[in-house]
Amino acid sequence: MIEGIGFAALMLTFGLALYGAGAAAYGARTDRPELIESARRAMLFSWPTISISALAIIALLLGSRYDIAYVAKVTNNAMPPYLRVTALWGGQAGSLVFWSWLLAAFASAVSMRKWDRDRDLLPWVTVVCMVTLAFFLALVVFVENPFSRLWITPEGAQLTAFFQPEGARAVIPSDGQGLNPLLRHPGMIVHPPLLYLGFVSFVIPYAFAMAALIVGRSDDGWIRVTRRWTLVAWLFLSLGLIVGGRWAYDVLGWGGYWGWDPVEIAAFMPWLTGTAFLHSVIIQEKKGMMKHWNMLLIILTYLLVLFGTFLTRSGVLSSVHAFAQSAIGPMFFAFIGLTFVISIWFLLKRWGDLRGVNQIDSILSRESLFMVNNFLFIMILAVCFLGVIFPLVSELFTGQTVTVGPEWYERITAPLFAGLLLLMGVAPLSVFGISSWRALRRQLWLPVAISLAVPAVLLITGMRSSAALLGYWLASLVGVVTLYEFWRGASARRRRHGEILPVALVRLAGRNRRRYGGYVIHLGVVLMAFGIIGIEIFQIETQGTLARGERLLLGRYEMVYEGLTRFNTSDGREISRAELSVFKDGRSVGQLFPRSDYYIVSNQPMTIPGVRSTLEEDFYVLLVGWEPIGRDGATFKVYLNPLVNFVWLGGVVFILGTLVAAWPEREQVPVRRRAAHAQAMPAGD
Amino acid sequence: MTMSTAPPGSSSRSKFIIGGLLIVAAVVYLIVSATQASAQFYLTIDEMLARGDEISGRAIKLSGAVDGDTVTYETETLTLEFSLANVPANLREIEAGGGLAKVLYDALRDPNAARVQVVYVGPKPDLLRHEAQAIVTGQMGEDGKFYADELLLKCPTRYDGEVPLQALEGQT
Repeated sequence: MIEGIGFAALMLTFGLALYGAGAAAYGARTDRPELIESARRAMLFSWPTISISALAIIALLLGSRYDIAYVAKVTNNAMPPYLRVTALWGGQAGSLVFWSWLLAAFASAVSMRKWDRDRDLLPWVTVVCMVTLAFFLALVVFVENPFSRLWITPEGAQLTAFFQPEGARAVIPSDGQGLNPLLRHPGMIVHPPLLYLGFVSFVIPYAFAMAALIVGRSDDGWIRVTRRWTLVAWLFLSLGLIVGGRWAYDVLGWGGYWGWDPVEIAAFMPWLTGTAFLHSVIIQEKKGMMKHWNMLLIILTYLLVLFGTFLTRSGVLSSVHAFAQSAIGPMFFAFIGLTFVISIWFLLKRWGDLRGVNQIDSILSRESLFMVNNFLFIMILAVCFLGVIFPLVSELFTGQTVTVGPEWYERITAPLFAGLLLLMGVAPLSVFGISSWRALRRQLWLPVAISLAVPAVLLITGMRSSAALLGYWLASLVGVVTLYEFWRGASARRRRHGEILPVALVRLAGRNRRRYGGYVIHLGVVLMAFGIIGIEIFQIETQGTLARGERLLLGRYEMVYEGLTRFNTSDGREISRAELSVFKDGRSVGQLFPRSDYYIVSNQPMTIPGVRSTLEEDFYVLLVGWEPIGRDGATFKVYLNPLVNFVWLGGVVFILGTLVAAWPEREQVPVRRRAAHAQAMPAGD
Repeated sequence: MTMSTAPPGSSSRSKFIIGGLLIVAAVVYLIVSATQASAQFYLTIDEMLARGDEISGRAIKLSGAVDGDTVTYETETLTLEFSLANVPANLREIEAGGGLAKVLYDALRDPNAARVQVVYVGPKPDLLRHEAQAIVTGQMGEDGKFYADELLLKCPTRYDGEVPLQALEGQT
């Protein structure tokens, strides 16, 4: 019953998407407003209908309906309800529905906006959103149906199908396979949806960009309209990446947060182009330049979103994210190829209309530095892309598969990231238009001098890694320059309006949210850079087998093994828990309980570290082995991760900055008549 | 970077092009040197054994089926050893063999399948078990054992959903 309703709603949404795309395109071509309005309504209703479908899946998951193949695959009796709900995105079919659900939600929201100023864009925005939706729904309807049931033929072969195959009997397992224990973590609730939200919300700016290209509008209307969408998409993508890193750090047992795995990179690539885009649209708004480039960036971002979904969902690359191989690979490939060709064709068609109105006046101007910033982001993107496809390319050309790992990525991208930090330090002090080296130098010498104090102190206190010293200097430079910008702006306000400093700071950021939100993001990056350099260059580790009462030393830490307890839990785990007393500089700082949970049903151990976390460093202990009976020794692997908490702290600041930048401005007095003039202002959409 | 000595005003366009080319050249150099230093051949066990001495000392990535009966773990030294049986690396061959789970199952029952003994020092990964697919990075030792410094596991029979970042990875 539920599966019937769910499948019907799915088909209905698929129909709405096809109709919406067709009616909008035909209505725009033949200039029939009533058809366009009808297509708009189809887009509006796609969300309620697919919601029924998604809720049906959730109901099946919660109801332990193991006769449904998807439910049997991703849930089992031992899973609590909240994890059953997250199983919606725990497998292939469900996550495709989830993707479509989010897209339909955004498309619905777009259909409800006031269209009076950009009515000409509406039909083509509808077409792009609905074609994308139809594609994802086609995958679900024709290839990966989440409502398929399990059957067994008279010959004993198992198969899955929605309708009963001839002569087959239904199979109703008493329990399902269940989600991998490693996924049974609160991270599962937020990490995948955040990434999906980030991925999917980039469809909207792309849709507006394509609509502008199709109708031949060369102004920056589409950028103005989608500015907040882009920021929100970027916010979710950033959050998804940060939360994923934190999850890995908590669960995966070796103190890592980023492993340059193809699937991680798949989410990182649209973030790179999105970040470049957020910077370069400022140049288009202020100077009317880089119009082609911005179009190219948003097209690239959309393609990378599709490519990322394709990589994670097709099993084409061997990745630690062990996905099933699936028939959807070729379909994805075809859709990406088609999108690429069509997008580029429209861009080339409008190439002449998009010519910029200004030239670069000076190589040290703000706009010029932004171009270099974009170039570096694209270089990092190119390196990431090359790394991901390296096995495929090398096999194609040499017959020998060659793969690259974290070391490869780090060696190449580290100088590029350093270059970005340098720009982050210099660009805020540069000006638009004509900027001379002398003027810039006058601004720059003091921040440079102050920031050099940081590596100087580090050098004196014994740091000898030149990479770390350089990195810390660059990060400090960015910090000093950014704080100086805040101080400069706030003290100007204080002089002019007689405000006290905190009020001046808040009002300053409130008046120019994007700029000062951006600076807060830069401060977040500075903190993260401190943390990343700390853990990457100065992580130390040791290991040892201890008898009860024995001690192990690492850095300024010392731990004493007090004993091991073993017990069973009601949810089917057998837990072995070690007890450690931890001392720092000889003083007791508490106890740690690293443990190993053994999931009896799924025959799967899970290692949970004991961590003493301070801003300065994490003391991170893994229980890797113990004597079963009799003797009472246990083996530990221990890491000291300096400054790692700056990564998370920086992440929080980063997200706060994005919120400042994306927060709606206060309603402004209507200035519609002066729209052209208002373009340069960060007015609301 | 290239902007450091540029006087303002003059032909910025050519400066941009030169600067851009310099950055590209630097990145290309970095790619080439990093590839020489750290890229790994991805081989099946058959392929590796066929190459013999030619690849000794080179970084190699191997994929194979874990034989659960051969797993030993010396907790004092964190030394893990197990035997890995040859499976094809090519997706199409795996599909033709009936999917990854079937291919792994068959590999361990085939007495003629090439095998190699893998040595890894570090915490024993949670997902190491019979019929898991192991992807190990390291090099062949003179004693004919494969010394891995990275060990990555997949268990296709049980897991279809996504597994989180580096979930199956062990690193030293």
